[in-house]
Amino acid sequence: MAGRHIAPDTPELRERWGGWTFTDANREKADWHIKKYPEGRQKSAVMPLLDLAQRQVGEETDTQGWLPLPVIEYIAEYLDMPVIRVLEVATFYMMYNLVPVGKFHVQVCGTTPCMLRGSDEIIAACKARGMKFGEVSEDGLWTLTEVECMGNCATAPMVQINDGNYEDLNVERLHAVLDALAAGEQPKEGTQEPGRHTSEPSGGPTTLKEMVDANHDYRSNW
Amino acid sequence: MPKVTVDGQEIEVPNGATVLQACELAGKEIPRFCYHERLSIAGNCRMCLVEVKPGPPKPQASCALPATEGQEIRTDSEMVKTAREGVMEFLLINHPLDCPICDQGGECDLQDQAMMYGRGGSRYEENKRAVTSKNMGPLIKTIMTRCIHCTRCVRFSEEIAGVDEIGALYRGEDMQITTYLEQAAKHELSANVIDLCPVGALTSGPYAYESRPWELKKTLGIDVSDAVGANIRIDSRGREVLRVLPRDNDEVNEEWISDKARYQVDGLTRRRLDKPFIRKRGKLQAASWGEAFKAIAKAKPGKSIAAIAGDMVDCETMFAAKALLEAAGSKLIESRQTGMDYDVSNLAAVNFNSSFVGIEDAGAILIIGSHIRWEAPLVNVRIRKAAKRGAKVFVVGPEWDTTYPAEFLGNDLGVLNKLPASVTDTFKGAEKSAVILGAAGFAAGAHEAALAVTSKLKAEFNALHTAAARMGALMLGFAQKGGIADIVKAKPKVVLALGADEVDWSLFDGSLKVYLGHHGDKGAHAADVILPAAAYTEKPGTYVNTEGRVQMSDKAIFAPGDAREDWTILRALADALGVSVGFDSFAELRAAMTAEVPALSNEGEIADYGALPAAPKAAKATGTIDAYPITDFYLTNPIARASTVMQECSAELLHGDELKEAAE
Repeated sequence: MAGRHIAPDTPELRERWGGWTFTDANREKADWHIKKYPEGRQKSAVMPLLDLAQRQVGEETDTQGWLPLPVIEYIAEYLDMPVIRVLEVATFYMMYNLVPVGKFHVQVCGTTPCMLRGSDEIIAACKARGMKFGEVSEDGLWTLTEVECMGNCATAPMVQINDGNYEDLNVERLHAVLDALAAGEQPKEGTQEPGRHTSEPSGGPTTLKEMVDANHDYRSNW
Repeated sequence: MPKVTVDGQEIEVPNGATVLQACELAGKEIPRFCYHERLSIAGNCRMCLVEVKPGPPKPQASCALPATEGQEIRTDSEMVKTAREGVMEFLLINHPLDCPICDQGGECDLQDQAMMYGRGGSRYEENKRAVTSKNMGPLIKTIMTRCIHCTRCVRFSEEIAGVDEIGALYRGEDMQITTYLEQAAKHELSANVIDLCPVGALTSGPYAYESRPWELKKTLGIDVSDAVGANIRIDSRGREVLRVLPRDNDEVNEEWISDKARYQVDGLTRRRLDKPFIRKRGKLQAASWGEAFKAIAKAKPGKSIAAIAGDMVDCETMFAAKALLEAAGSKLIESRQTGMDYDVSNLAAVNFNSSFVGIEDAGAILIIGSHIRWEAPLVNVRIRKAAKRGAKVFVVGPEWDTTYPAEFLGNDLGVLNKLPASVTDTFKGAEKSAVILGAAGFAAGAHEAALAVTSKLKAEFNALHTAAARMGALMLGFAQKGGIADIVKAKPKVVLALGADEVDWSLFDGSLKVYLGHHGDKGAHAADVILPAAAYTEKPGTYVNTEGRVQMSDKAIFAPGDAREDWTILRALADALGVSVGFDSFAELRAAMTAEVPALSNEGEIADYGALPAAPKAAKATGTIDAYPITDFYLTNPIARASTVMQECSAELLHGDELKEAAE
């Protein structure tokens, strides 16, 4: 959170991103989002449009994507709203990257439950692989960010990498996930604990055990 | 009308009132930072907590809570006090202990309220947050570490000014108030955020470290930078005006003033005429008052004397000049410096008849030849309010950046002869509608056509003048049938220029030009004799704004050097010319003036000019409006032109891009 800043407005930035526009496919999607709102309320679509823009920038740069100022200005113009209002939204939400990120944006949750379950080791392991907070690694693959609660406390600790969550981590499992990503494979998302499906109690169910395989009518027990 | 109980006192409050307003009605003071009567409710400072039953058993933010029937509100309970103290402690966690070096000190909401609710010391041992200061232009100085995130400035620029340029970036503790890429705030009302800021985050740049509020003498005045007649408070120390602040007047300026009204005052100490001058062999040379009067008397004007009033003179000065001329047997008085000659036989036809408050209710507005944002920024605020309520606005004239949706009908005045159906239909559908004729419209001779259009559209006619003196001058009869041209034709031996700087003086080559004014500007350059006079802060005076409202201003300081109040100069000149004007004191002058024009004695009232004249049937609009008379908002009058702050604003805010290009 701290240290979040807007990429400086330099001539190089203007040259690289000036004149940026949506692709035809994304323009169609953007217009679909805008149509969800009544006429004159097109501003309401600012968040999905910023997301679309970030993803498109991501495709163009082979990263998770970010929002350069000219892109933010383009969105403002697209929605006919003051650019400061778009910038307010873009700076408020952590999911909008304000500076370039790597191909994989590793967001480690460091909030209390994850911290108790060992997020410090996860962060240390990430750093040991050469990642630094808020920076793109030399190979252009990784960016490390510490984030607040992602709502996966039952399967802590966890990291979010681009659109996928990887939960129940330890250092070993984290390395497995990162190695797989670096090798261009798609590791299994969700919990990394063998035998666990989602966020059910670890070590098997403690209640409603009969329901594991098939539906069961408990009413007779009441 | 719900009935609520505030601290045991039962009162009835208007529908839609908030709990905070109910408490105010009951005479209870509620501390607040983010709440402001003229802005939308944000509810984010939490300082206005009160206890309300029925409701959850916790303190509630009174600014955002509607008052409902049977509420029991307590503002004096222990819970309320503790809660507010808690909020104050949080606000002070990151607020620096800057008070001794902060310009807001002495008039700071946070400082005042900390006296009531603050703890003696801080329990916060960690480092305080620090925020880099932001550039917001030459007028607004920012020390953003002091910001408490009330967002008043953000709401002002979005809602009142209509220029979305200030925003709150990032979130939570990291939230920062800034303009986009730290560009300067570029609108005519930008400095009002300084008054709105409850702490010292946004302070006045030009006034930085000048003075403490308790050192200042506060004088009630009237602004003369435009024809709105904004109510101002002139803060002076010794012989210098240090700043100008707006006063509350719902009927005129609400509580805003334009940047020009606020910051032109440093011009009052520059380029001043502080002693009489006489032109000898083509050069102006300092002289004594006696020599100056002798030089005028030597011209032996007799009846052949004329007076031209400038844009910023008060009614008393004009009346004194008129009395002098009448005593000499002349009627050559004029105030429309640029040569306009519209018909003034009925003053209702040159007045802003809807009134500033009334224009807010208009459903359709047609603006003819007026760049309202520059000619009268505060009227633009009113029109923006009307537009937000659904009014449609049409403009005839070159395009300018309105702060509301407006349709431009082109530069050709001919459009008035046959308005498009979209315009006439809008006017037909509107319950109340208005036509506004601005300076460019008057200059293009569209006065009669505008009156004809007004009667055709069944709208109210409004004239928007640009000169603070104009309506007062017209009430005093400062107008010839043919405008300045009539005076040129009369070839007067002596022309008195009462602060008249916009006149083409080359037309008066054969006359002795006597400039009576306060700044060495265009008028003084052309003059043969200069009589140094007082500026608007240095004399009491009556001003009539463009809606015909009579307002009086007090004297804040003395004029510099040998300069005197205008009326005393004219009184002395009467002696030099051997005529009698019939008054020896300011009170006698004012009495004589109000005896002649009784409306000038009704301070604060709108003068009644009677009904609008029947529109001339054959009036046809011809010609085009190619440009507006005001080409530079910040440099419209001699005071502003002398002001370094205004020059800086003009250079940076209006011509900044050109400068940047030139530098590259």
